[in-house]
Amino acid sequence: MSTDVSAELGYSKSEIMIAASARGLAGAKNCFVGVGLPNIVCNLAQRTVARDLQLVYESGVFGARPERLPLSIGDPTLVTGATAVTSMFELFAYYLQAGLIDVAFLGGAQIDRFGNLNTTVIGSYDAPKVRLPGSGGACEIAIHARRILVIMRQARRSFVHELDFRTSPGHSGDPAHDAARGWHGSGPTSVVTDLGTYGFDEVTGEMTLLTLHPGVTIEDVRDHTGWEPKVASDLGETPAPTTEELRFIREELDPAGVYTK
Amino acid sequence: MTSKVTTMRDAVADVVRDGDTVAIEGFTHLICFAAGHEIIRQRKRDLTLARMTPDVIYDQMVAGGVARKLIFSWLGNPGVGSLHAIRRRIEDHDPGPLEIEEYSHFGMVCRYVAGASNLPFFPIRSYYESDIPAVNPKIVPIASPYEDGEEVYAVPPLRPDVTIVHAQRADESGDAQIWGLLGCQKEAAFAADRVIVVCEEVVEESVIRRDPNRTVIPGVVVDAVVEQPFACHPSFAQGYYDRDNTFYLEWDRIARDAETLETWLKEWVHDLSSHADYLEKWGAAHWDALRPGEAPSGEVDYGRYA
Repeated sequence: MSTDVSAELGYSKSEIMIAASARGLAGAKNCFVGVGLPNIVCNLAQRTVARDLQLVYESGVFGARPERLPLSIGDPTLVTGATAVTSMFELFAYYLQAGLIDVAFLGGAQIDRFGNLNTTVIGSYDAPKVRLPGSGGACEIAIHARRILVIMRQARRSFVHELDFRTSPGHSGDPAHDAARGWHGSGPTSVVTDLGTYGFDEVTGEMTLLTLHPGVTIEDVRDHTGWEPKVASDLGETPAPTTEELRFIREELDPAGVYTK
Repeated sequence: MTSKVTTMRDAVADVVRDGDTVAIEGFTHLICFAAGHEIIRQRKRDLTLARMTPDVIYDQMVAGGVARKLIFSWLGNPGVGSLHAIRRRIEDHDPGPLEIEEYSHFGMVCRYVAGASNLPFFPIRSYYESDIPAVNPKIVPIASPYEDGEEVYAVPPLRPDVTIVHAQRADESGDAQIWGLLGCQKEAAFAADRVIVVCEEVVEESVIRRDPNRTVIPGVVVDAVVEQPFACHPSFAQGYYDRDNTFYLEWDRIARDAETLETWLKEWVHDLSSHADYLEKWGAAHWDALRPGEAPSGEVDYGRYA
């Protein structure tokens, strides 16, 4: 069990992020999975709201059935028992670029109010303060997956008014431009943080606070956001993780608490 | 059939030259660390190192002083965090600058595809509204010559001087069979001028011929074959040994501090004469612990058509 479970609430910040994100996968047929939290989210969704969910990994695996929680997206447990294992050319060309992927998870060091993501550098590109990993598949996943779900911890340094570098495009802020893109993907549709859950305004594409996690206030959100956050008129409360969700997370998916701390 | 089987020392000495562009490919799986260590040990210099994911192996090689440039698409320690030696070179120019050229995953794969297919570029639907082309002028928007002239991005061919891949098994002429994650080894091997195949086992040609669909790289593009079990550690070989995740986590601690890393390189690379020493230094219990259980594939019948 994770070490920072709130005595008052009975679950940790990571656990409510995982549970809230997993519910967002209801009805999805397949999902491009990343390491860490998204991995647990997808495996939880398979046990709860999306039993037929096919897990897709950019390492070239379609329909993984992992018997243990993989540390990396290239773990051998993803191969054994999978539906298909392909070259990376096939995975990116025939599955992703051709539009077969329903949902994908992305995150980053920085996100802006339109869901654009930076995973490349903090500071300038030529003389970076922090050199981050770069795109990997993110800039193409952002374009091709039908919808993008983002999981990130929320802080002023990560929820920024202006990105240091745009690695992966979100919404542009110009609805006419977005409509004319002609991409398979509709961009980010939800963001789950340790404070609440967000959708994106259907017209402006702006990130909009939909629910606050129990115990979190609007002021907390403002303190952790680099712009004046847009709040839904019918702002709600995120349902707490259920006993069943917590049991799956703690007993099956991350018993050592590696990711759920 | 002429045997290309040689030792790692001779293969690296003969095939890898100072100033080369070298690709040790393998996406998480089948990363040939033993070849990287031998390149460090032989103190090769001024290499351009290409890999989709530089991984711990290129962190070690950059720290070992063999590289002047890095071509990549994702620069991290998978599932763990940063590659600290590379970051020191990029962020602090410590102990000197490192030139970089970066793409996305699909961009890197298609660079190898173009190189392997003898094409001047490869068109992909990536990089739209990303800042990546602004910092890499080799990624260029082009219009389709057909219909509405739709815009796509071109990436240039990547033709490494040397590609090094690891296979579960190969015959002595280099016909290599791989199963599990395939990454872009086939494309990187066909794109290269010279190829080293390292394998867990050298097998009879008849073993290869019994299952031709599993041959990923044919000997016709291979220059040297090295039999070296556990050559991928701490990466893995599907069905042979597991990924040593504990070492990947440990590398974060080792590489954070330049002196600790230097000590590690001396102890685990320079002071050892070969990968056999490395295996012995870890000890048999370590290797036993990484062996997976069994999950054999069903056999298929290719049929006999005499």
